[in-house]
Parts: sequence; structure tokens; C-alpha cells
Amino acid sequence: MKYQSQKVAYYYFLAAMALFAIQVLGGLLAGWVYVSPNFLSELLPFNIIRMLHTNALVVWLLLGFFGAAYYLLPEESEREIHSVKLAYLQLAIMIIGTLGAVVSYLFRIHGGREFLEQPLWVKFGILVAALIFLFNITMTVLKGRKTAITNILLMGLWLLSLLWLFAFINPDNLSLDKMYWWFVVHLWVEGTWELVMASILAFLLLKMTGVDREVIEKWLYVIVATALFSGILGTGHHFYWIGTPSYWQWIGSIFSTLEVIPFFAMMTFAFVMVWRGRKNHPNKAALLWALGSATVAFFGAGVWGFLHTLHGVNYYSHGTQITAAHGHLAFYGAYVAMNLAVFSYAMPILRGRDPYNQVLNMISFWLMTGGIAFMTFVLTFAGTIQTHMQRVLGEYFMDVQDQLDLFYVMRFASGIAVVLGALLFIYAQLVPRKELFGSKDRASPPDAEGEAA
Amino acid sequence: MSEVLTKSRARNIFYGGSLFFAIIFIILTIQSHLYIVNTSTAGMPLTQEVILGKHVWERHSCINCHSIHGEGAYFAPEVGNVMTRWGVLDDPEAAYEALDGWMKAMPTGIEGRRQMPFFEINEEEMRGLAEFLRWADQTNTQNWPPNDAG
Repeated sequence: MKYQSQKVAYYYFLAAMALFAIQVLGGLLAGWVYVSPNFLSELLPFNIIRMLHTNALVVWLLLGFFGAAYYLLPEESEREIHSVKLAYLQLAIMIIGTLGAVVSYLFRIHGGREFLEQPLWVKFGILVAALIFLFNITMTVLKGRKTAITNILLMGLWLLSLLWLFAFINPDNLSLDKMYWWFVVHLWVEGTWELVMASILAFLLLKMTGVDREVIEKWLYVIVATALFSGILGTGHHFYWIGTPSYWQWIGSIFSTLEVIPFFAMMTFAFVMVWRGRKNHPNKAALLWALGSATVAFFGAGVWGFLHTLHGVNYYSHGTQITAAHGHLAFYGAYVAMNLAVFSYAMPILRGRDPYNQVLNMISFWLMTGGIAFMTFVLTFAGTIQTHMQRVLGEYFMDVQDQLDLFYVMRFASGIAVVLGALLFIYAQLVPRKELFGSKDRASPPDAEGEAA
Repeated sequence: MSEVLTKSRARNIFYGGSLFFAIIFIILTIQSHLYIVNTSTAGMPLTQEVILGKHVWERHSCINCHSIHGEGAYFAPEVGNVMTRWGVLDDPEAAYEALDGWMKAMPTGIEGRRQMPFFEINEEEMRGLAEFLRWADQTNTQNWPPNDAG
């Protein structure tokens, strides 16, 4: 660890991993309710479980981004974080807000817009935390060295915080409500979060491959350009059937098809940089997660997104298990795996240890990735059957669902693999003290980061 | 390639292009806002009753099981066209009766069947919810869903 204030990231990562565990356990529970619908149906109904699952996901990913920013900004700006105290205050607000939301949900106190169900005071808490964060990182960068990575990371974080303001706008008109709701949801995950993801990926590649900064930063700009050029008007693929004008069918189809490009570019970028780089970085697990993230993001967000994005297809597939399949693989590949890549890279350095237990960490990668991939496949099959039976043949929803039991059983089984992988990942980060298996290829000491610049 | 596309040129393309697309998006959004208010949702007035119904819909987090206009969870049926499916789209009283009867019969408790919880909803709120669902059902959604099954 080059800068003392980077230590802040450690606590962000701990909080993120705790919520990660809650998220996957909530998902497993929801998956079980699909198999055995009477389970907990009065005590903890499906809608509450799902809120815990989705909200925990979003909050831990954000905590991971915040932590990643606090970790990489000192190295990029070549100075300490502006205020360590503010960073801890921000974390405390986030944790209190999160716990408050969880307890509220259990007592059936919540909003009713999907993913934005947090009680108003929690929403304000998130806003205050975001403002503290923006102040803190902006002051850090303004006084230090400015790089493309810091520019894009800051731009992504600023824009996503500004878009959060739309979480407070809830028009009485349902169609307007939906349109502005997508300003948060779509412009986060298919816009601003991509900037954060790409800048973190660029940082990791810079550290681990030894490729020249000029090259990495140039391609970073190219990638984020394709992300926003396609992603902004790509919002149109959510405006097909909610009461918005019909021209969105063409704008949405064309631009959201182009949304495949940034994900393809990120995948290509990651592999080419690793091949060109001459460095044999010892943290193989972090490299696996970084390459895995770029690859699975291409398939989850790119390929599975394109699968149902053309309006002629979406007319039939909209709101079926196809959407669920895409959602799981895309979130996992793009944002879960990229967060876990940063954790894998930074945790050994933050704890002052060798990159240890890479084997356990890498096993957790394959468990989680395999589990999510299998889940995506079975949900895609379920969604295909559902689309045909319900949307083409016109059979009723529950009659169709009854035919999909086998797929939901297999989805639950794949969920077990994901949960085991997640718990193994957390264990591998926190508990073991030395390599379980001898590592012969340790080329350089782990604290030799920062050399690539 | 490297001489043509320098880092600063890539940066300028990124900032300029993003701004360009953001402006187009904002213009189209304004037009869409007006279209929603004046055209696609204008088939039925947005009354206090409908607004109350939307609040009831939100308070009980219906969207985390059901979907409306295809958005939400996919655990329970689509409700954007439920009033059409029930054949009560044009009859407020029948819509209320059907919804009230359905909601009061929950949960069914049938083994192996997805369970909808029982919700404490008074008559005024239930009428609002029925009106909200009728209001949503008359929205011009470009003929989605393809059929009454939703």
C-alpha cells in the first residue's frame, strides 16, 4: 500500500462482501420459493425477499465502486485522499441506511418502484453519502495528478449520483413514472456504471500487464465513447411498450444493438493488453476475475441483451424469464465480477500479505461463473417456452408457469453453486493466512504495484 | 491507426459525441413527456382516485411479484391488461367487485401453488386500485401485450 488513506477501501470492501452474502442468500431463498411456493409465504412473502435480493445487490456494488475509487484514486492522483474522516462518515451513513432499509422491509415499510423501494430517509441518506463522496474524491483529484482513468471514473460517479435525483421524482402518471424511472435504472447500468467499470478495468490492466499508460488510456476513451454513444439513445429499448411514442422502437432497436460494441471492445481490450503485456503479475486470481468479467459481461450484457432487444422480438419476449436470464448474467459479468476483481487485487495489498489463496479464489470464480451460466441457460429455455405458450398461443400465466417447474428446480441447483462460490470467495479473502498450494511462479513481490505508470 | 487516433483526439470525440447524444435524448424525452400526457394516457382522466390507487399499488410493493406493462418481477401475472382479461375495463363497479373479491380470497393456501399475501386495504383504497388498473389498461402501449393472457 503506497498511500495510508487507501486503507479506507478495506472497510468498504468488507461491508460490500457482507451485503454480497445477504444478496446471494436472498436469491437462493427466492429461487426456493419458485420450487416450493408455500415456503415462508405468510412470514416473508416473495415481494419482500426479492426487494432484499435486488437492493442488497445494488448497494454492495455501489459500496464496491466507492471502495475501488478510494483505493485507486490515491495511486492515480499521487496523493492521499482529501479527508479520511469524511470517507468513514460516508461509509457509516451507507451502513446505517442499508440496515434501516433491511429492517423496514421486514416490517413491510417500503416504496413501490422497483429497485427504488428504499424509504425516503434512506434515499436522502444515500444522497448525502454521495455528496460527501463526490466532494472527497473531487478534492483529491483536483489537487493531484489528472489521468484519463481519474477523469472517466469521476465523470461516471458524478453522473450516476446526479441521476440518483430521479429516484425522488415519482409522477402520478404511471407512464411518466416509468420513463423517468429508467433515467436511474438504464442510465446507471447501461451508461454511467459502464464508465466506472471501464476505468476500473483500465486501472487493473495498467497495474497487472505493464502495458504503456498512453495505450491503455487512449483505448479507454474509445470504449467509453462507444458506451455512451450507444447507451444514451439505447434507453429507447425500454420505451417500446410503456406509453411512449412509437419512434422509440427504431431508435431503441438500432442504438441498443450498438450497445454490444463497448462490451465487445472491453473484452478484446482486456485480452490484447494481457497478451501484449510482458509482466508476469503474481496475482493470478485478480487477472482471472478481470478477464472473466470482461468476457461474461460481453455475453450477459452484449449477447443476451441483443437476444431480446429488437422491438419485433421484444414484443413477444418482454417481461418473461428471458429478461431474468439476461439480468442475472449481465449484472454478474459486468458489475459483480469487476468488483470481485478489484477486491482480489486490492485485498492482499490492503492486508499487507502475499496474493494468498489464489487457488481458493479461482475455484470460487469457476463455481460462481459456472453456476450463473447454468442459471442463465435454464432461464433462457424457460423464457423461450414461456414466450411461445403465453405470448404466441395465449395460454394463461400460471398455466404456463406450471410447465416450467423443471427449469426452476435446475435454477435453484445452480443457485447453490453460486452461493457456495460467493461464500468461498469471502473466505478466501479474509481467513487463510498462507498459500494452500505452493506457488512457483511468483515473479515479483505483491507490493510492487504502481510500476506500470 | 496510432497517428490518426491520438489520446487527446479520442478524448474529444468522447466528450463531444456524448454531449451530442445526450442533447438528442433530452429533446426526444421532452417530446415523449408531452405525448404521454396529451395522447397515450389521455383516454381516461388521471383522477384523485387513480392516484390513490397508484399509491396503494406502491405501498404493497405489488411490482415485486407482478409486472405492469411488462416491467416488474415475473413471479405473478401481468396486470397492465388485467381489467381487459377480466372483461371489466369499461365498468368501474364490476372492476371493483372483481378486484375486491380476488384480493379477499388471498392467500389460497393451496399446496404447491404460488401464494399471494392478504393485504389490509379499505374500500376507498380498493376502489382506487381498481381505477388505477383500469387507467393503466387504457394506455396506448403500441398494442402490447400480444394477447389478453398478458
